Amino acid sequence: MASHIPDILRKHNSAILTDWLAEQARSFSRDTRARDDTPALSARFLGELADATAKGNVDDVDGEDFREIRALLEDLSRQRGLAGISPRDTAMFVFSLKKPLFARLRQELSGDALVDEMWSATTLLDRLGLLTTEAFQRTREQIIERQQQDMLELSTPVVKLWRGILALPMIGTLDSGRTQIVMESLLQKIAETEADVAILDITGVPTVDTLVAQHLLKTVAAARLMGADCIISGVRPQIAQTMVHLAIDMGDVTTKASLADAFAHALKRQGLTVVRAVKS
Amino acid sequence: MNVLSDDSLEIRRDADVVACRQAVRARSVEQGFGLVDQTKIVTAASEIARNTLQYGGGGTVRIQKLADGSKQGLRLVFEDRGPGIADIARAMTDGFTTGSGLGKGLSGTKRLVNEFDLWSKPGEGTRITITRWK
Amino acid sequence: MERIPILRMGRFLLVTVQVDLQDEVVQALQDDLTAKIVRYGARGVLLDISALEMVDSFIGRMIGHLAAMSRILDAHTVVCGMQPAVAITLVELGLSLGFVRTALNVEKGMKLLNEAIANDDPHGLLDAEDDERPL
Repeated sequence: MASHIPDILRKHNSAILTDWLAEQARSFSRDTRARDDTPALSARFLGELADATAKGNVDDVDGEDFREIRALLEDLSRQRGLAGISPRDTAMFVFSLKKPLFARLRQELSGDALVDEMWSATTLLDRLGLLTTEAFQRTREQIIERQQQDMLELSTPVVKLWRGILALPMIGTLDSGRTQIVMESLLQKIAETEADVAILDITGVPTVDTLVAQHLLKTVAAARLMGADCIISGVRPQIAQTMVHLAIDMGDVTTKASLADAFAHALKRQGLTVVRAVKS
Repeated sequence: MNVLSDDSLEIRRDADVVACRQAVRARSVEQGFGLVDQTKIVTAASEIARNTLQYGGGGTVRIQKLADGSKQGLRLVFEDRGPGIADIARAMTDGFTTGSGLGKGLSGTKRLVNEFDLWSKPGEGTRITITRWK
Repeated sequence: MERIPILRMGRFLLVTVQVDLQDEVVQALQDDLTAKIVRYGARGVLLDISALEMVDSFIGRMIGHLAAMSRILDAHTVVCGMQPAVAITLVELGLSLGFVRTALNVEKGMKLLNEAIANDDPHGLLDAEDDERPL
């Protein structure tokens, strides 16, 4: 048996819309009420809902016939999520349709038909409401992921010290994800600027364990394959001790205690010397 | 986890190894892999495709685009009906080679991917499955 | 079959690898390069791989072989322009190509070769430009 919901939605479209907007105005917090796209979105939603329920099975919101309406809700949820509107309000957009719709159902139907349609309508709106929450969650995850990425990139600035000399001051704990980004941005910068020497400064790195040391060595090896030299500077006394105790072999990598020493070494390698200006 | 696409290629000749690399590159670009991730999976594919050709006497590769939540990945399954590998543990050691590579083949390839699975039976063939996630 | 072009630049040979490398291409390159080193008495080889999007152990081995063959014929080899992503992948794969010299680009590679030759032959005795040996 076909559902009465699409017919009722179409027949009472404007009355349901008016009641629904009033209902939304009551249930929303102030920020959401202030949004001027609500009437237009609500009207579109009612239209799409009538189309979808006319074509498709009311129980199958994941189906092809509900694609448009799912897209509309996901879009709404994403935009409101980005605008800082609570997921509660976004879900209420759907849930607040229940009262006006049920009122019309009661008006048109009776007996078993009414009970059946009430059940269909409530299930349908519950599912659509949950959809907005799921979409909100997804948007949030995307935002967090992007921010993490931004932070990673911000935390690894490659700076130019001199023509042909780059430095990468590393700060904080190095895990393998972060080291990968550090390594990539340094090597990319070497390729872009055609720098002959890169200084990896680890003054701000609290500990160097076997894994971190391996990452550093890999960076040095990759730079060498590209044709650039890497110097590791800022090796603190306790780090030097740990490295020996862990039997980490730094091979023939040049290491310096301070960034200044590494810089002096890099200048010398470039055939440059620093001289004191003679006062006249 | 969903499989978004599933292609299959033959590896019979030297030129097929190149075709395999190009297909893997194209799929990894479609999956939104960064340049380093692309290069790693393409290099891994090249290593194993050469193995399939050299030791397995040719075979096939299946290239599957995967999606798992917000993660996207690429899975490659190389299969041959060659002589198989008698001592898998030894084949996976750094420096081991029976052919003309630098002996980094399998153990090195393992480091380029997130998941590595090797099945082999002497006389029946070899199947190597590698997966890299974005 | 495609062949990899080898350009003569004074005392050096410039090999620019742009095609996807297959066995027969590599074999032809080894033939051509060794022949040209002898013919021109070349002192150095610049192997420009900036267009290569991938280096696996097969190509790594080829690079090593070219360098070793050139060395026997008394020419230094510099590998130029390896892409960052390629370098990262090679290191992860476990190849460091420790036996070849590298440079960021052809120009820097040339400088490196000049330095290496100045070390070998400080008085330029081997530098006769007319010393071309026809095959």
